[in-house]
Formats: sequence, structure tokens, C-alpha cells
Amino acid sequence: MKLEYFSMLDRIATRDAETLVAEATLPDASPVFEGHFPGFPLLPGVLMIECMAQAGGWLMLARQDFARMPLLAKVGTAKLRGMLRPGARLSISARLTHDGSGYAVMAGRIDSDGQMAAEAEYTLRTLPFPDAALEALVRARGVELGLV
Amino acid sequence: MPTTYERIAAIIAETASVEPGRITPTAHVINDLGIDSLDFLDIVFAIDKEFGIKVPVEEWTEQVNAGTAPAEQFFVLGPLAERIDELVQGARGSKG
Repeated sequence: MKLEYFSMLDRIATRDAETLVAEATLPDASPVFEGHFPGFPLLPGVLMIECMAQAGGWLMLARQDFARMPLLAKVGTAKLRGMLRPGARLSISARLTHDGSGYAVMAGRIDSDGQMAAEAEYTLRTLPFPDAALEALVRARGVELGLV
Repeated sequence: MPTTYERIAAIIAETASVEPGRITPTAHVINDLGIDSLDFLDIVFAIDKEFGIKVPVEEWTEQVNAGTAPAEQFFVLGPLAERIDELVQGARGSKG
């Protein structure tokens, strides 16, 4: 994970047509932790949501063979149950609950150390990639993550 | 039993907080009711669930942008209800 670059996932562990599970380990140090909070580093709740959204995004990229770019459009509900500290190992999952036309509704969760740390229902909008260069970058990242 | 139009009107009123009195069969979802793209997405999701279909918004938008179909055919409530009825009938046909 590189929090300051919004690189939230380390590896895609499993995937099928409607679910994806990714793994990530929180870094020991990050500029994010310097401010949130000094002397008491915690993963900000909005970044927990970002982790779940990215897992759902990779699932949609795989389902649509990178034809469209998923963007977080709505967080319907979110419960941030646990505090995630540097070094924590995360299992981040996404489950497709509704595949709409140009959008997808997802259920996401984060588990760490055998406990559910967060869960959310969120909506991704899918749009055409703005250019081929970004699509190529995303594809390359998908290879790094083990998606492709 | 409520008609398709009445069910859609109820979804719009609840999902996008539109006063029921403003919702008419000739109202354009965006131009007349002021529904933005995110609320419209919520409405489509609610229609998908209510009727057990997948409203092909992307396909409709492409047709409108290409000039092969008028926007009113899809985004004015009366015609929209007719499109939903067609989709429901199509879904029943594909299952039967």
C-alpha cells in the first residue's frame, strides 16, 4: 500500500464473476499517518472506504475487460468498526449486488486479524476511459496486482 | 393495482425528494424535475429492483447522443413508463 498515492491494494487473492478479495498491508510509515494522528497513527475512515471501493473497481474492470473505468459515485451505508494501525494486514472484499447499465452496486468489507474492521454498500459509476494511456496504466496495474 | 407510471412516480418522489405534484406524465426527468445524474442513477437502481429488469440507460443515452432517438422517448415520464413496460414484457418473454 502507498496511501499517499491512493494505491490501496497489494494483491488480488481470489476472484470470480461476482466477488473479489484483495490483500494489503498497511505501511509502517506514511505521510498520512503523520497527520492522522501525531503519535497515534490510524488509517483514516475515508481511506477504509477507498480500499473497499478499489476492490469493487477492480472487480468491475475484470468483468468488463477494462472497457470502462469505474468511479465511486455513492456510499450508501458505511460502518467503520475497527481501528487499523500501521502494519495491519487487511483482507478487502467486494461483492457485486446489482449490475446496472453504467453503474454497479457493491457490498464491501475489510477484515483484519480475524475481525471485521469495516463494511459498506456503495455504488460505482462506469465511464469510458478518457484516453488510451490511462487505460494502459490501469491494465498494467491490474497485472501487478494479479488480476489479469 | 398501481400502473407502471404511478410506480415510477412514487420511486421518483421518494428517491429524489420531488414533490408529487410536480411529477406528471409529460415531465422530463432532468429538464422539468431537476434530477441530477446521481439521483437519476438511484432512480434507475430502484426501477431495476422494483420491476426486476435492467434499464439500458447507457444504450438509450447513446441513441440520443447519436440522434437516432429523441430524448423524450426515454426521459419523459409517460414514454419512460411505456419503455419499462416493454422491458418487463421482454424479460417475461425471455424467461417463458
